[in-house]
Amino acid sequence: MPAPTRPDSFQEIILRLQTYWAAKGCAILQPYDMEVGAGTFHPGTTLRSLGNRAWAAAYVQPSRRPTDGRYGENPNRLQHYYQYQVLIKPSPPNLQELYLGSLEAIGVDMNLHDIRFVEDDWESPTLGAWGLGWEVWCDGMEVSQFTYFQQVGGHDCKPVSGELTYGLERLAMYVLGVDHVMDMPFNSPSAPIPLSYGDVFRQTEQEYSRFNFDTADTDKLLQHFKDAEAECLSILSVPAQDPKTGKTIIMAHPAYDQCIKASHLFNLLDARGVISVTERQAYIGRVRALAKACADAFVQTEAGGAAA
Amino acid sequence: MPDLLIELFSEEIPARMQARAAADLQKLVTDGVVEAGLTYSGARSFATPRRLALTVHGLTAESPTTREERKGPRVDAPDKAIAGFCKSVGVAREDLEMRDDKKGQVFFAVMTREGRPAAQIVADVLESAIRNFPWPKSMRWGAGDLRWVRPLHGILCILTDEAGAEVVPLDVAGITSGDRTQGHRFMAPDAFSVVSFEDYEAKLKRAHVVLDAEERAEQIWHDATNAAFAQGLDVVEDRGLLTEVAGLVEWPVVLMGQIDEAFRDLPAEVLKTSMKEHQKFFSVRNAAEDGQITHFVTVANRATADDGATILAGNQKVLSARLSDAKFFWENDQRVARAGMAAWLESLENVTFHAKLGSQAERITRIAALAKELAPLVGADAAEAEQAAKFAKADLASEMVYEFPELQGVMGRYYVGMTSVPTSVAAAAEEHYAPLGPSDAVPTAPVSVAVALADKIDMLTGFWAIDEKPTGSKDPFALRRAALGVIRLVLENGLRISLNSRPGPFHFSAEAVGVQQRGDQSAGYADPNDLLSFLHDRLKVYLRDRGIPHDVIDACLAMPNADDLTLLVKRAEALAAFLKTDDGENLIQGFKRANNILTQAETADGVEYSFGPDAKLAETDEERALFAALDREGAAISSAIEAEDFASAMRGMASLRQPIDAFFEAVQVNADSQIVRRNRLNLLHLIRATCLRVADLTRLGG
Repeated sequence: MPAPTRPDSFQEIILRLQTYWAAKGCAILQPYDMEVGAGTFHPGTTLRSLGNRAWAAAYVQPSRRPTDGRYGENPNRLQHYYQYQVLIKPSPPNLQELYLGSLEAIGVDMNLHDIRFVEDDWESPTLGAWGLGWEVWCDGMEVSQFTYFQQVGGHDCKPVSGELTYGLERLAMYVLGVDHVMDMPFNSPSAPIPLSYGDVFRQTEQEYSRFNFDTADTDKLLQHFKDAEAECLSILSVPAQDPKTGKTIIMAHPAYDQCIKASHLFNLLDARGVISVTERQAYIGRVRALAKACADAFVQTEAGGAAA
Repeated sequence: MPDLLIELFSEEIPARMQARAAADLQKLVTDGVVEAGLTYSGARSFATPRRLALTVHGLTAESPTTREERKGPRVDAPDKAIAGFCKSVGVAREDLEMRDDKKGQVFFAVMTREGRPAAQIVADVLESAIRNFPWPKSMRWGAGDLRWVRPLHGILCILTDEAGAEVVPLDVAGITSGDRTQGHRFMAPDAFSVVSFEDYEAKLKRAHVVLDAEERAEQIWHDATNAAFAQGLDVVEDRGLLTEVAGLVEWPVVLMGQIDEAFRDLPAEVLKTSMKEHQKFFSVRNAAEDGQITHFVTVANRATADDGATILAGNQKVLSARLSDAKFFWENDQRVARAGMAAWLESLENVTFHAKLGSQAERITRIAALAKELAPLVGADAAEAEQAAKFAKADLASEMVYEFPELQGVMGRYYVGMTSVPTSVAAAAEEHYAPLGPSDAVPTAPVSVAVALADKIDMLTGFWAIDEKPTGSKDPFALRRAALGVIRLVLENGLRISLNSRPGPFHFSAEAVGVQQRGDQSAGYADPNDLLSFLHDRLKVYLRDRGIPHDVIDACLAMPNADDLTLLVKRAEALAAFLKTDDGENLIQGFKRANNILTQAETADGVEYSFGPDAKLAETDEERALFAALDREGAAISSAIEAEDFASAMRGMASLRQPIDAFFEAVQVNADSQIVRRNRLNLLHLIRATCLRVADLTRLGG
């Protein structure tokens, strides 16, 4: 294998990951068009990890964590950031090697760096999901999460999906040798109009930090949360038989959209500091109930592995 | 005699599970082969991040053929009985033998277990070991159903004798056994075959894998201390971290780096904790700079062409990012601390301690009031104790403790020390959590003791009030530890506190919790008596570990003021020591003799003879001598008990045995005269009452 060349920008790292995983046979999906806290929420992961149908997908997912907002001042904390997500079902026996190959593809020289798989079990209380795996360390820095899904939405994963999640900004900062995220080149520094990460996102980090922490209308958010919850359950309660087409159409995805909404609204409420410690558990439980109901519905569908 | 070699090759096994897994593999396999009739002369097991290995040497080549006979029913027994016998021995009816017996013709079952070659046995045992491995957490992968800690990729299983090595054929869920393995993931990934354990270990080493975790740990420690020594530094010892790090690498390479000057002002505990928790670094001290932590040691899993320069630079960068966070917290925290910590105390109002027990702030208020009450009893200044309790938990709201919960108390001492309070108040912030375990040191500074006791008593009365007591193995709030903390604080400081007096610490605390609970219908008041008996149960365990028998403790618990734990233990220790002497025997025998006769009479007569005997009614010299002895010793015993000199008191009681024995020799208690009889029983009662003044001797067994 030729010595990997070093990428020169954030976007080149993304492009190389896309090319690499496409070459390994993954469908390159696009980001899901809703606000989510992590790439795992994309139905391409959450729902597709259920049922017995084979699946292989990779995608960038913009992710929002309102509590992590720092007005663009912290060197590596952002309320909006990107995850790169790979999900392959069943998990192939060489998934670790495939993963290491992706690091080489973005310019990490395996002969000079120390890559380690350090125990880290993954659990998402809001999705009713858990798996075993590692955080992957490169020279002491966590660059990815590597998980074998065991359960999602309360369902055993059979077969098991292998999930890889790269925190793109952090990984790219390391590969590019940048200390502050806002200083990272977004496109090539030799482009006619070179743009830094800060050029693209500093202002939005400020705006959203202010909005998330101080301005978001909590009464409205609470109402939206209740609406999304009710809508999700109402969608799922509609009989599967569609009177118009005469077909059986279970609306798992539209219901799951409402679950995603509820989850994000909960995160916003949390950032506004209006959820007490005791209430927290109750809210998480409510979102989990939605995720579980959506999972129950999805496994009744064709994509979910139900006999057609 | 063949040797067996097994290697189970997988994706990275969590470091904390490796040692246990190696031991489990050894036990499962060796137990299994022995159960199947093989013997072996020795076994050793190993673990690295990617493999469990086991070598068993001197294994017998096959199991012996065994023959066993079992006598059954008579041949003319009912069919049902014969069928039952066949079923129980697993032999078909037509294979039963008929033999002559004393009682006539009887069926015999002859069961032969054919010997099996070691390879067959090992294959069965290993498959079952893999399928039933006791991982603390295991998982499935791909489309299979097999469970392992992480995906299992290879099974190496060979038997080696003079003729050479042979693969033990085995297929577990599609993974077939062989004689091949692979080396270090990055440094020597190619597969190779092995013919024996020695060959395996040597080839692994050539392929950059040190098989033995102990050897890896020793190498890390050796290289780390050498690297430090060369620069006049020394590595802070941390056995747990060493074991963990040895479980993260197959080829340890020690790298030492410097901590940026900008972070040297951070407290040593912060540096140590941040480096250990986040990065698994060892701290390195500089004796020339007051033992300050100036360097770190990280352990990489590979050697590189640049001698680890890239790896070290990367690690240093991550460390700097982490320490910048820590420094940011430290600076923010200092501002709040110097301003008197009001912001933290206020924010603790919004931190729930327990849904039914209010906020941390409410709990602090209770602890402060209780510490003030306790202060005079432990020799502390009441105002200082109250102030110390108020600040003791302020650091829970600090940014540093939010990031590193294990630094609670340690940071408290720094932060409280930044305000204008006495040093005893700052010390209490750290020390009031102690003792955390049975071997943890107990604070001795009076202010710390007052707050430590208040903290623990409030825990206990709180959870007693909401009925969340420990049951069986469940003790989610660590209340047993809190109770043991109270016990050790009292005993090791020789404190004299009547915990359950009224008013006293238990009642005071129960009242404080209760007032707060008034709004909540579901909660009640802690029952101080119940709490005391819980404490007594813990005390029994504590004293039993110190060699004081159960019945001795029971005998002392039955005495008044058992809530004064120091007194209680003083009594129990004296009694336990005294019972080991001849006088102890005398005391018990004298007491028993008097007590038995008296109890019989009291049961028969249905009355208690407690009127007090009259010496004038004594008829014999022996009786008079006993009166005299009681008179003389009674006074001495009283003053000894008054002085809590229980040994002297018991010696006095023991000296009564001789006059008691003489009395029983010469005197018939059941005299014809009812007056004389009653007087003698009253005399026995006086003896009993005298002997019971140190402990309830009736509770002593044997």
